[in-house]
Amino acid sequence: MNNTELTSLSAAKMREHLLKGDFTSEELCIAHLERIDKTNSRFNSFLSVLSESALRQAQSADAILSKGGDKTPLLTGIPIAIKDNLLVLDTETTAGSKILKGFVAPYDATVIGKLKKSGVVIIGKTNLDEFAMGSSTENSAFGPTKNPWNEERIPGGSSGGSAAAVSLGQAPLALGTDTGGSIRQPAGLSGVLGIKPTYGRVSRYGVIAYASSLDQVGHFARTVEDLATVLDVISGADSKDATSMPIVVPNFSQELAKPVSLRGLRVGVPKQYFIEGMESEVESTIRKSLEVLKSLGATIVDISLPNTKHALAAYYVLAPAEASSNLSRYDGVRYGPRHRSESLSEMYAMTRADGFGSEVKRRILVGTYMLSKGYFDAYYIKAQSVRTLIINDFKAAFNNHCDVIATPVSPRCAWKIGDRSASPLEMYLEDVFTVPTNLAGLPAISVPAGLNSLGLPIGLQLIAPAFEELRLLTTSKAFLEEQPFKQDLPSTRNF
Amino acid sequence: MSISKEEVIYVAKLAALELKDDEVSKTIKELNEILGTIDDLQSISTLGVEPTSHVHGSVNAFRDDIIQDSLSNEQIAKIAPDFENGFFKVPKIIT
Repeated sequence: MNNTELTSLSAAKMREHLLKGDFTSEELCIAHLERIDKTNSRFNSFLSVLSESALRQAQSADAILSKGGDKTPLLTGIPIAIKDNLLVLDTETTAGSKILKGFVAPYDATVIGKLKKSGVVIIGKTNLDEFAMGSSTENSAFGPTKNPWNEERIPGGSSGGSAAAVSLGQAPLALGTDTGGSIRQPAGLSGVLGIKPTYGRVSRYGVIAYASSLDQVGHFARTVEDLATVLDVISGADSKDATSMPIVVPNFSQELAKPVSLRGLRVGVPKQYFIEGMESEVESTIRKSLEVLKSLGATIVDISLPNTKHALAAYYVLAPAEASSNLSRYDGVRYGPRHRSESLSEMYAMTRADGFGSEVKRRILVGTYMLSKGYFDAYYIKAQSVRTLIINDFKAAFNNHCDVIATPVSPRCAWKIGDRSASPLEMYLEDVFTVPTNLAGLPAISVPAGLNSLGLPIGLQLIAPAFEELRLLTTSKAFLEEQPFKQDLPSTRNF
Repeated sequence: MSISKEEVIYVAKLAALELKDDEVSKTIKELNEILGTIDDLQSISTLGVEPTSHVHGSVNAFRDDIIQDSLSNEQIAKIAPDFENGFFKVPKIIT
C-alpha cells in the first residue's frame, strides 16, 4: 500500500490493518505526517503539526496494541486532528487569533482527555475562523484554508481546517465545534461527513467559548462508522461543564452495526429551507437525495417551521452578546500577548485592539451594545423568546409529523476566497440553514450528497430530536450505502 | 434602530476595545447594517413566551462544595506575561 492509499483509509480499516500487523501505528503516523508535509503549505489546514508528541503517542499505541490486541479501544493508534479552539495540554492553542498566539494550553479539554484515554494520535491543530466566528475560515489570523476540491475556494467555516484535513486524507478524523453551523457547513462544502451532537451531549470544558448557549463540540470523518466511533468516545455529561446533560449515551457503534432499515421513517422537509437565491444544483441534489431516502422506504412529509425566517436575527443577537461576555477575558493579564502600557485601561484596550481581528471586534461591539442598559430587553430577552418559538416549531414537527428533518446544509457550494468579504451581512446569510438547529440545541449531520457541475460538494443536512444522534447515523448509513460518495475524493489524490 | 457615533465610542469603551479614528465610521456603517436586520425581531409577537436560556431547560446544575485541583503557580508562571510571587503584575490604574 502506498502512502496515499494508507491515508485514504477509514479509521475502521486502519484499525483492521493495525490488528493484523500490516503496519504499525508509528508507520501510520509517519504516513500522515508525510501527507501533511506534502499538502499543508498549499491548503493551510493545520496551524501546528505535533510530529514529536504524535510519534510518541503512536509508539505508546503500538505497545498497547501488542499487549491488548482487539481488546484495546477502537481508536488506539488512529490519527486525529483537533480544531485549534480546543485545549490540548502543552500545545499552542490560538483559536485562530493573534490574541492567543503563543498561548500554550495548561490542561486538556475533557473531550481531549477522553480521546487520549482511547489511544488516539493527535496529529495537529487545525485552522479556523478566529474564535469560531465565520463561515469560510477567511477570518483566521493565520490565513485562509483552501477547499481540497478547488484551491481558489473556501472550505467553509469556522471548522474549515478540520474539514479540509479529513477531506485531504491528512487525518481520518477531526474534531470541530459548531455554534451556527461551523461543522456541518464546512463538511458540506468540503465533501465529508460532519456531525453536531445535541447541545449538552458533549462537554464544552476546555473548549474556547464563543457563545456558551450554542457552542457544541462535534467531529468530521469519511465514513458513518468512524463518526459513531468518535461519538462514543466524546459523549457524556461532565461535572466540569454545568450545561452538559446527564442523558444516557447509547453505544452508537454497536447500534449502528445492526441492520438498518428506513422503512416507515418519516422524513420532514420544511418548505422554509428551499429559498430564493439558493443555487439550483444544490436544490436539485437535495431533492434527488430525498428520492433516494424514499426508495429506501422512507416517507417524505412536507412540514412547516414557520419561525425559521427569524432564526438568523435571533442568532446574531444571542451569539455576539454571549461572545462579548466570553471574550472579555482576553485582556493581556493572565495569558497571551500583552500590549505593554503605562496604564491598565490602555493595556486592556490596546491588547484587545491589536489582538482581535475585525469580525471578532464587530461581534463584540454588536454584542456589547445589545447587552447595554436600555437595549437588553429589546434585544437579548426578545431573541431568547424568539428562540423559544423556534424550539417549539421543531418540537411540533417531531411530535406530530416526522422522525428526522432533511434540508440542504448550505444555500450554495464553496465560493471563491474573497468573494463574501465585502459585507459581513452577506457572510451571515450563509448560515441560514444551520443556525436554527443550534438555537434549538438539536443534533444534526451533514452527509455528502453529490457534486455540482463545477465539481464542488453538496451536503444533505439531517436533523433529529434532542439526543437522537443514532437516528442521524442510521439514516446516513443507509443513504450512503444506496448512494456512495466516491467521486475522485481529494483523500485519494496524489498531491 | 441605528447607532450613533457617540454610542459606538461608548460601546467600544465598555468593551475595552480601542477604535482608531478611521475605524469608527466603517464600524458605525457595519453595525447599523447588522442592527437593521435584527430589528425585524421587534415585530414578532412573543407575548406569553418564556425566554430560553438553556435549550433543554436545565437549571441549578450544582456540584458539591469541595476543594478541587486548580492550576499551580508553576503552571501559571509558564504562560503568564508578568507573574511574580503568585501575583499577576499589571500597570497602574491611571485615571
